[in-house]
Amino acid sequence: MTAALETIGLEKHFGGIAAVNQLSLAIAKGARHALIGPNGAGKTTVINLLTGVVRPSAGRIVLEGEDITKLDTHKRVQRGLARTFQINQLFLDLTPLETVGLAISERMGSGSHWWRLVGSSPAVTEEIVDILAQFHLSDVMYERTGNLPYGKQRLLEIALAIACRPRVLLLDEPAAGVPDAERHEILATVAALPADVSVLLIEHDMDIVFSFADRISVLVNGALFIDGAPEDVARDPRVKAVYLGESLNHAVEYETGRVG
Amino acid sequence: MEYAFWVAAFTSIFAFGGWLAELSSFFSNRHLILTEIAWLGLFALSLDLILGYAGIISLGHAAFFGLGSYAAALFAKHAIINEPVLALIVSGCIAALLGFATSFLVLRGADLTRLMVTLGIALIMREIANQLPDLTGGADGLQGVTIAPVLGMFAFDIFGHVAYVYCLAVLFLLARRIVYSPFGLSLRAVKGNPLRSSLIGMSINSRLIAIYTLAAFYAGVAGALLAQTTAFASLDVFSFERSADLLLVLIIGGAGYLYGGLIGAVIFKLMQDWIANLTPQYWQFWIGLVLVLIVLIGRERIGLWFAMARSLAARALHSSDKSGASLLREQRNELHHASRWNGDIDHRSEARRSGGDH
Repeated sequence: MTAALETIGLEKHFGGIAAVNQLSLAIAKGARHALIGPNGAGKTTVINLLTGVVRPSAGRIVLEGEDITKLDTHKRVQRGLARTFQINQLFLDLTPLETVGLAISERMGSGSHWWRLVGSSPAVTEEIVDILAQFHLSDVMYERTGNLPYGKQRLLEIALAIACRPRVLLLDEPAAGVPDAERHEILATVAALPADVSVLLIEHDMDIVFSFADRISVLVNGALFIDGAPEDVARDPRVKAVYLGESLNHAVEYETGRVG
Repeated sequence: MEYAFWVAAFTSIFAFGGWLAELSSFFSNRHLILTEIAWLGLFALSLDLILGYAGIISLGHAAFFGLGSYAAALFAKHAIINEPVLALIVSGCIAALLGFATSFLVLRGADLTRLMVTLGIALIMREIANQLPDLTGGADGLQGVTIAPVLGMFAFDIFGHVAYVYCLAVLFLLARRIVYSPFGLSLRAVKGNPLRSSLIGMSINSRLIAIYTLAAFYAGVAGALLAQTTAFASLDVFSFERSADLLLVLIIGGAGYLYGGLIGAVIFKLMQDWIANLTPQYWQFWIGLVLVLIVLIGRERIGLWFAMARSLAARALHSSDKSGASLLREQRNELHHASRWNGDIDHRSEARRSGGDH
C-alpha cells in the first residue's frame, strides 16, 4: 500500500548548513503521526518542504503515489495537502466568514469568478456555516480576524486548513501560545479530525504527542533519529538523552555501553 | 453611505449640465474640470484596483494611460475607428495587452522591485513614442485629431462630453461588481497574506495577472478619454509626474474601497484649480503640504473627526447618543461587510467572544 505522504532522501541546505538531511519519512493513510525533536531540528523546514513553501536541495516528495516535488504550492493544496502554521498566517483584515469562504471557494473552483457576488453560492455558504460552528467561531464570524483573541485566531488557523478538505494535514504546533483555558478546545478539534485524514503533527508538548500519535518520528539536526510506535520511542533512552539536552555522542555511548 | 455618494455625484453633474446651458461662457471652464476629473478618477480607480485591492504598487501606471491615449488619438486622426465609444474600448484593450505582457515582470519581486519595473516600463514607452515621430509626432505631440460624434449622433462638444462622462459610470459599476466577487475577495487575501493564499489552493499569479491586465484596460480608457476630450496626445501622457500624481490622488482619496480614486480626483483637481488661482507659482507646494498632513494625521483619524463632528451635529439635532467612535466602527463594518455573506446567514449573534476572553 502506498503511503499517504512520503519523502525520499529529502535534503535542504541553507548555505553550508543542512537543515534537513537525507530524510526518508512515510506517513501511512489515516495515520496520526507525530514529528518531534529539539528546537532547531528542522521540523518546520520539513513542513515547508512538503508544502512547497521551500524548494528542496535534493530528494523527492510523493503524495498518494504522485511525485509532487516540483509542483507549485497551490497545486499541492488542490491535491489534498493542507497545513497550519506555528505562527498564525491569517488574513487579518478579513472576517472568519470570508477567510473560510475563500478556502472553500478555491476548492470548489469558484474562487476566480468575477461576475458573481461573494456569498451568492448556497453550497459555499452552507459549508462555511458548518465549519465555523465546528470550530466555535460562529459568534465571531463577522469580526475582523485581527481583532479576535489569540485562541480564536488559532482555531481559525486550523479551520482554514480543514476548509481545504485535505487528505493529508500537517499541523505545526497547533496549541502553541494558547492559554491553558482555551487549549482543550483546540486539542478537541484536532482529536475530532476525520479518521481518513492522515495527520502529521509537530508538537513540543509530550502529553499531547503521546495522547494523539500512533506513530512518532524524532528529528535531530535535520536527520531522522528514530521512527517507531509511541511506546518504543518513549522507552528509547536516546530520545530521553536528546530531550534532556545531552549531546548525541553521549547518548550513543550510553547506548553502545548498554548493548555492549 | 454609497447611495448618498451617488446622489451627490449625480446631482452635481446634473447641476453642472443646467448651469452649462445658462452660463456656458463661464462654465466652459468648469466643464473642463469635469472631464479632467472624469479621466483622472478613472485612472485612479485603475490604480486602486491593483494597489488598493491586490497590493501591487506602481510608479509607472502612465504607461497604460499613455498607450491608450496615443491609440485613441491615432484611431481618430487616421479615421481607423471613428466612433468614440468603440475607439475608447479598443484603446483600453490595447493597453490591456501591454498590461498582460508586463504583468509577468511585476509578479517578480517585492514592492521596491515593482516600483522600479513599473517605472522602467513607463520610461521605455515614453522613449518609444519619442523615437517614432512619424507615427506619434514625437516631441511635438500628435496634432490634427478630430473626434467624430458619439454613436454617430451626438456632436463631440461640451454637451457631448458631459453625456460621454456618464458612460464611465458603466466602467465604475463593472469594477464594483468585480471587487465584490469571489475574485475580488481573493485579491484582498493575496494582498493581506500571499503565503497563506497559495496554501489554501489559490493560484496567486493568475489572479495578479488578471487584475493587472484589467487595471491596464481602465488606465488605457482613461488615457483615451483624455486624448478624445483634448483632441491631442503628447509625450506628457507617459510622464513620471503623471504616475506620481496618480499615487497622490489615491492617497488623498484613500485606497482599497473604490471610491477613493474618484474622491481623490475631485479633491485634487478642485484643489489644484483653486490653489492655482490663488498662487499660480506655488500650487504644488500647497498640494504637497496637504499630502504631508494627510499622511501625518492619518486618514482614519480624519475620518474619526468627521464622524465625531457629525455625531455632535446629530446630537444637537436629535439628541442621538452615539459616539463618534461607534459611528466610525459602524461605517467600517458597513464597508467591510459589503461583501455579502450577511443576508444568507440567519444566526448573526450580537454576543461577542463568548468565554473567549483571557
